[in-house]
This record gives sequence, structure tokens and C-alpha cells, in this order.
Amino acid sequence: MTQTFPRLVRDNAQRRADRVAIREKDYGIWQSYTWREYFEQGRLIALGLASLGFRRGDKVAIIGDNRPQLYWAVLGTQALGGVPVPLYQDGIEKEIAYILDHAEARFAIVEDQEQVDKLLHVRARCPQLAAIIYDDPRGLRGYSEPSLMSLEELQEAGRKFSIGHPSYFEDELEKGGVDDPAIICYTSGTTGAPKGAVLSHRNLIVTAKNAAEFESLRDDEEILSYLPMAWIGDHIFSYAQSILVGFAINCPESTATVLHDLREIGPTYFFAPPRIWESLLTNVMVRVEDAAWPKRRLVRFFLDLAQDLERSRLSGRAGPAWQRLLYPLGQLLVYGPLRDNLGLRRVRRAYTAGEAIGPEIFLFFRGLGINVKQLYGMTEASVFITIQRDGDVRLDSVGTPIPGVEVRISEQGEVLFRSPGVFQGYHKNAEATAQVLDNGWFRSGDAGFVDSAGHLKIIDRVRDVSRLASGTMFAPKYLENKLKFSPYIKEAVCVGQDRPYVTALLNIDLTAVGNWAERRNIAYTSYTDLSQKPEVAALIRQEVERVNASLLEDAVLRDAQIRKFLILHKELDPDDEEITRTRKVRRGYIAQKYAPLIEALYGGRDQVEVEARVTYEDGRTATVRANVRICETAPAEVPVR
Amino acid sequence: MSDPEDSAGARPSVGGMGASDPEARHGSAGARPSVGGMGAISGPPLLSVDDVSVRFGALLALSKVSVEVRRREVLAIIGPNGAGKTTLLNVISGFYHPYEGRIVFDGRDRTHLAPPDVAALGIARTFQNVALFRGMSVLDNLMTGRLLKMRGHFLLDAVWWGPAKRQELANRAVVERIIDFLEIQAIRKTPAGKLPYGLQKRVELGRALAAEPALLLLDEPMAGMNVEEKEDMSRFILDVNSEFGTTIALIEHDMGVVMDICDRVVVLDYGRKIADGTPEHIRKDQAVLDAYLGATHG
Repeated sequence: MTQTFPRLVRDNAQRRADRVAIREKDYGIWQSYTWREYFEQGRLIALGLASLGFRRGDKVAIIGDNRPQLYWAVLGTQALGGVPVPLYQDGIEKEIAYILDHAEARFAIVEDQEQVDKLLHVRARCPQLAAIIYDDPRGLRGYSEPSLMSLEELQEAGRKFSIGHPSYFEDELEKGGVDDPAIICYTSGTTGAPKGAVLSHRNLIVTAKNAAEFESLRDDEEILSYLPMAWIGDHIFSYAQSILVGFAINCPESTATVLHDLREIGPTYFFAPPRIWESLLTNVMVRVEDAAWPKRRLVRFFLDLAQDLERSRLSGRAGPAWQRLLYPLGQLLVYGPLRDNLGLRRVRRAYTAGEAIGPEIFLFFRGLGINVKQLYGMTEASVFITIQRDGDVRLDSVGTPIPGVEVRISEQGEVLFRSPGVFQGYHKNAEATAQVLDNGWFRSGDAGFVDSAGHLKIIDRVRDVSRLASGTMFAPKYLENKLKFSPYIKEAVCVGQDRPYVTALLNIDLTAVGNWAERRNIAYTSYTDLSQKPEVAALIRQEVERVNASLLEDAVLRDAQIRKFLILHKELDPDDEEITRTRKVRRGYIAQKYAPLIEALYGGRDQVEVEARVTYEDGRTATVRANVRICETAPAEVPVR
Repeated sequence: MSDPEDSAGARPSVGGMGASDPEARHGSAGARPSVGGMGAISGPPLLSVDDVSVRFGALLALSKVSVEVRRREVLAIIGPNGAGKTTLLNVISGFYHPYEGRIVFDGRDRTHLAPPDVAALGIARTFQNVALFRGMSVLDNLMTGRLLKMRGHFLLDAVWWGPAKRQELANRAVVERIIDFLEIQAIRKTPAGKLPYGLQKRVELGRALAAEPALLLLDEPMAGMNVEEKEDMSRFILDVNSEFGTTIALIEHDMGVVMDICDRVVVLDYGRKIADGTPEHIRKDQAVLDAYLGATHG
């Protein structure tokens, strides 16, 4: 293999010259760019960077929503042998400063004024940063910083540069090596500072190709590029696989219009973390609740039928004959229209990954006839480790390894894997690299096992599995996932290590609980107010007790029931460092920050007063004061017969 | 006819809301590193109001008021309730006609024009109480802002063919740029009446912008908004000023906002102009302090 991404795009620009490579909804219309334009735009950005004194190996920070210009910037950077470093667009200054400085980024190509402002504020802490290039000039006309220029100006400089250096670009393009770093993705990390995973062209190309062949992707796929560019998943789907297979990607108009744009595009290949599936489901259910009762009954009946039938199918049974007979009617009345309404009618395959997905949610979408499958992946593996094969989908496993990937379980029960996609190491952090790489085997940090059919099952993070004071096994994430499967609970953090019993800190789902409250004429002003209503506490108690009851089925975890819980007065927020940007709970930080609340859960009081600092997106902080209610649950017991 | 400022009296809290609010200041200051940087361009004023008086029966709402609006500036008109601010805006937009005095816009005397003619000259406005077509979508509301620019033929319009179609597409393109500019893509098809108040105000600004005005009159664009909405609106006003070069005259009660985003401030009290100058100058002006401290909502 001798390919790099820029050379692959050059091939596409010849072979698929006039086919659409990328679309963006702008000014209300889907604007298309062909592969030829993709390559040309990337070339001009590269030449522009060259005119600013770009050297091979330079790092370029990329910050913004999914925009064609930013994908071109990735291409332009790679074409000169540079390394793009995409950052989360909603990251606060502190995080951005850390990554820019750690990666020693010399250039930053960003979307708009919002990002420029952040960069100008942190520039003093990032001495390497030589130039900031922005795409959208809106609001920036009054800025006089000399290091600031627009993408248009950069490309114009590139045009001029190419006159004096006609073969420069092609020469640089040919110099690129397969094992050169292609990207550095900073993983948000639930503990400690972010680490920059370095992936080479070979890592990404081989893995993306194996997965594409495994799923027989075609060049007429359509995908919606709506997940953060800083996240490896978007890089693999919207960049690597799109270039390798030659399919088109679509950038939504704004983050607020994603659901609408999804419907307009009707992707054939779709990826979403569980929280997106959850919010799709919540949106549907909220609308069903508001419908007139005959409609509501009809929809509920057919949705239940589809889920029942799908549950039977996934466990290898055909399901009752009457259900199979009625399914086509449901298809006509409910499933088809609903699929169309969600924009998922043309989906040939969809993935859920990143976290465990609730069985109800998974069954709901599969029941509608959408081929949702679970995927197990990591940044350090170039995403793909295991995928559920078509026709071999199960509720509780994440599937089997894709070609080229080997998985084994260590003696401690940790999942290890080895593949051509395993990364080059963490940028400037050999110690962390040595901790996870062992003779080419990567230690995932997840506890899991492979079942008799070769399917991988994930239980929890290795370091999180612990025991209660009584010695009972306690897997917090397992419990939290069960809690989050309730439409009313958005986030959950369970505590119990070395404690007498398990407790939980919860976030309610403002949409679902808000709607529930409105239907019951319960007035509320804000999240904080709603979260502390006695009626809401009662509603959530039922949900927690349902989880406790479901634990009875499991002999090992039966005694780790949630005895007390509280509903937090504020939503867990990445800006407050309570969860990562990919919405993973930062357990250690929360235990520290909410220590008084946790102590109260193990004391005898039924209420506790809290004061919390919140950080706004621009870095300012404010204080919120509230009384938080402590709720007890009735323990579920094995029925005595 | 009743005093047009009467309705302002029904919102006693607005005046005091943000005067000492550091948050509001922070946001808009951050959005604009150098206040007044884009500022006014010298030369003849875009609009001058000379010794204008307005009478409602025996009530003298404006008494020999002279105000200049310079090209590309952001001018604030402030004053206690009932000072005549809205009346001044209404005179400029042709809604009332002065009893004496002269109004010159862009070098031409246009003291006695009617509102449609004023709008055709390039003066657009928003209203103190949101005045959108509640049942129409945001997009359609904005399209109404283009009506002055459309030259229709009803037969061609009826079949939406040829020039009629081209014209609509061209106007739609202008409106789409405004939608993009105001970041309201997600509510393009939402009926205006269903939107929260802050967004309705933004849509109203959009409709005024759709007329591509040279002078934009904003009557309390931030009344009743929370801090975040005020920050957003401040940013949009500054961006309109710098991106489109639109001259803006606005009435606002929030002193924090006024001091942050305006190049110049005119103060009215009991229908008379009592001060005129930069925000720094106004802050120290004794007559202004007296007028505000004498009022109930300082």
C-alpha cells in the first residue's frame, strides 16, 4: 500500500471528477462540491499555508462545526505533510489552550468569530501559534491582529504562491509517506489531561477499508456529517471512508437544524451515539403522547408489537404467528411513515457506539425496520474493533471482530486487541503509550468477555468495577446504563465502592419530564426548579425501583440495588468538567465535587443545601443555590412462592 | 390620540434592569474589541431633524428637537418614560408629521412624507411591541420586508412564471442571507407567533433588514429580554452596523447596553433634548443625571 489521503483525493478528482463529494446546506439550499473542487480547494489551502512558511510535520488546529472548508483544511494540511489536530468546537479556552500548546500547533484554521475570539484570548499561552485563519468573516472586519487572515485571503496567497512554485504542490504530495501521522485526535479522557492519539495514514486507510468491505459500502452512500470533527468517528466516516469509497457527505446548516436536515438528506449510512438515538425516541414519544387517544392507542399497539417481535427475532425465535401477520399492517400505518419522518427511510446500516444503548431504544429502532447495529470502537484503534454482522445482531453484545482485528481477554478480564489500526502512540507522552501498548496489544481498559458464539460483551470500565463494603460486586456503569434507559433520566452516577449500599445522583431529562409535568399542570421555571418538585421525585423513584426489580434477574448484582438517590439541581455539563465532551461521566471529579451530597446520601437527612459554581461557554462562572431532596427507594425482593 | 409612550409606563422594571449589569457589558464588549471602532464617517449627516415640534392637542410631545444621525454610526435615544423618544422615531418614519421644523434625509427635505414613501427612501424600523404576522412563517415574515423591492404583475405572479419567478428567487436569496446572518435557520418555517419573545424580536429585526435600509430605527430592541438575549441582540446590532454599513438609531433603556454599543447618545426629557454626545460625556452630564434621578426609575 502506498496511498495517503491527499493522493486518494487526487485519484477521486480524476475518476469521480464531477460527482458530488460534499454538500452543505447554506442559505437554505444544499450547495454541492464535486471531488474535483474538493481537491482544488484543498490544494489552494495547502499552497496558502506554504506561502506562510509551513514546514513538513507542522500541526494545524482545526476548530468549528462540520463545514466543507474545514474538511478541505484537513486535506490541505495532510498534502504538505502536516498533521491536522481537530478540536471540539464547544471547548472552553482552558482546554483549547492546553491542546494548542501541547500539540505545538503553528496554524489554526477555524470556522468563525467565536473561535477566533477564543484563540486570541489564549494566544499568549500558545507561543507557537503563528497564524489564525477563519472561514466566516462575519463580525471580524474590525479586528486588526496581523496574524489573522480569512480563508479566502489564504487561498488567494496560495494562488500567487503557485505561480512562483508551479510544481511545489505535486512534489510535496509525492513526499507523503504511508506511515506519516495523518491526524492527532485528542481524547477527552475521563481522567486527567487529554491525550493526543496519533494515527497514521496506514492505520486509518487499512481500518476504514476493512470496515467498508465488511459492510460492502458503495460509492452512492449518503451520510450526514453532524458529529464533532474532533471526534475520531466523524473523521473515519466523513473523511477516511468517504475518500476511500468515494461517497458523498452532507454538512447540516446548523446544529439546531440537524434533525430537519437528516430528513432532507435521508442518509443510507448513519452513525449516532446512544444519546442521539435516545433523543430521537424521546421526540417521537413526546409527539405520540400529545396525539388524540385513538391515534395514540394505535401507534402504541404497533410499536409494542414491533418491539416484541424484534425481541423474539434477536433471540433466534420467529415470534408468534399473529404478530408476524399484523407486522405488514404496522409497516403501512406506523413504521414506514415514522421511518420517513425521522429521515431514516433509506438507511441500509446504522451504528450505535460509544456507550451501551438501552434495550428498549435498540428494539424500537430495529422494530421499525432500521438496521441499527452495535459497534465497539476506540480512537486508538482507528475506531473499528467489533461490529455486529448483518443477521447476527444481539441485544447484549457488541458483535465480532472485523477482518484484521484480533481480540483477546486478559487474565484480569480486560479486553485487549491487536490490529493494523492500532495507533502510533500518544503525542509526546511515551509513558501513557507504554501503559496501554503491550507487544502490539492494546489494553482497552474495558472489562468484558467473549461468549461461546464469539461475540464480545462489555461489562464496565475495569477500574470502575468494585465491591460494596459487604463484598457484593458493584458495576456502576451497568447500573447507570439501566437507569438511563428510562426516558425520564438523562444522566446517572452511581456510588457504592466500600459503602454499605448503592446510591445514585441523577439528572432528569428536561424535555421528557417537562412534557410530563405540563400534562399534569405542574408549573416550573427552570431545570433546578423542576428537578426538586416532589411529584418528579415520585416519578423518578418509580423508575429507580423498576431498575432495582430488573436486577433481581441477575444473581451476582442482585444485592447491589439502589437504596437512595437524589436528583441533581443542575445538569452535568462538559463545561463544568463533570462529563467529557463525548458525554462520559467523570466519576472521580464528581465524587470530589459533590462530596457533601454523597455524604448526605449515606446520612439520615432528607434534604441538603448546595451551592454550585457553573461555568458558561465563554469561561465565566456563576453560583447556583438549591435545596436537594434525598429520596429512598423500597427494596425489590425476590417474590416468595 | 393618546400619548404613544403610555404603553411604556406599563413596564416599570425595564428601565432599571441592566444599568448596572456587568454581565451585559462583558458580552457586548467582548464581541467588539474597540467600541466605536467602525464608527461614524464624517461628512454630511444621513438624517437631520431640525427644530421639530410635535403636538397632540394641547400636549407638546416634542419641542424644538434637533438631532443629527451621522452615516454609519449607532445612535441611542434615551430618556425617562414619556420623554418623547418613540414620538421622535414616529416622526422620522413618517407616522406623525411635525407641527413645525424640518426633516432632511440624505440631503433631501422629506418632512411631510407618508410611511410607505419613507420606507422606500431606505428607512426601516422595528416596533416597541412586536408587530409580526403571527400566523405566517418566519420566512414569509421576512419576505414581506422585501415587498417594497418587488415589482409584480399580478398575472405573472399568479402563475409564478418568468420574471415573477426570477424576482421571487432573487428576493428569497436576500432573505436567506439575513436568515443566515441572524442565525435563525432552525425556525425558518416556524409560525412567528409560536416563537419565544426574544426570537420574535430578532425576526422583526430581520424583516427590517430585508428592506436593505440605509437607516434602521429600533424601538427598544432589547426590552423584556434576559441577559443572554440582550448580549445576542447587541452582537447582531453591532454586526449589522459593521457588515452592512447600516446606520442605526435605537431607543433603549438598558444603560449598560447603550454605553457599550453606541457611538453617540441623545437624551430627551419632557419632549426637549437635554444632552447629545458620546457615552462617556453623557455619563457625566448633570442635566442627564438630574432627569434620571428625578424620575421614578433611575
